[in-house]
Amino acid sequence: MTTVIFPGRYDSLAKIGDFIRRSAAEAGLDNLAVYTVETAVDEACSNIIEHAYGGENRGDIECTCNQSQDKLIIILRDKGQPFDPASIPEPDLTASLEEREDHGLGLYFMRKWMDEVHFEAPAGGGNLIMMVKRIPEKE
Amino acid sequence: MEITTTTYKHCDLFKVKGRVDSSTAPQLSEALTAAVEHGHHKIVLDFSELEFISSAGLRVMISTQKICKRYNRGEVVLASIPPNIYSALDLAGFTSFFKIFNNDVSAVGSF
Repeated sequence: MTTVIFPGRYDSLAKIGDFIRRSAAEAGLDNLAVYTVETAVDEACSNIIEHAYGGENRGDIECTCNQSQDKLIIILRDKGQPFDPASIPEPDLTASLEEREDHGLGLYFMRKWMDEVHFEAPAGGGNLIMMVKRIPEKE
Repeated sequence: MEITTTTYKHCDLFKVKGRVDSSTAPQLSEALTAAVEHGHHKIVLDFSELEFISSAGLRVMISTQKICKRYNRGEVVLASIPPNIYSALDLAGFTSFFKIFNNDVSAVGSF
């Protein structure tokens, strides 16, 4: 299990991406699966900065990667405002270009590309996001 | 992220290299907005060296496409999309909003 704490600002995203790519590759995920996990974590961290903290440099993001048998488990913790994922509507993928809204995609990527996504509000405040990616058996 | 711009007779080509996320998407937006404000609505995005794009980058792509396609004055087309990036565009339902070319020569030639 490895935990790294990053400052909650957008230029941390590339460093968070490096950490996640390394952890996902070490867990045995293939190239596309590594990319999907990097995307899900990037979107989650962008949401933490924008919505939970309401801007940059207002708190840290604690990022934990844990490999447990056939799963890569990623836990993100922040100390920001409670974030309600139910308040974000799913994007309408059938909408025409003109009607297509440009929000909701981040959460959509997280839900589509991870096997499990859980949002929790810990007793001490802030948010906890747990995401799970299954590691396929080697043939 | 690095952006290299080449202006052709009939279109502008933007080679986007590296990582487009919430930190760098504003830079991409500025570059594309500057072109559009100069009346350049025919745009090729060359993604051959793009390593990562998040929803922040996709938002820039779609808002630029909306502006360029208005009054049939142009459009944004895509060239040389790496497989991982294509998977993201496909999942977001973006592959129907952009013409996609295998290389920048055919993308530039389409205008």
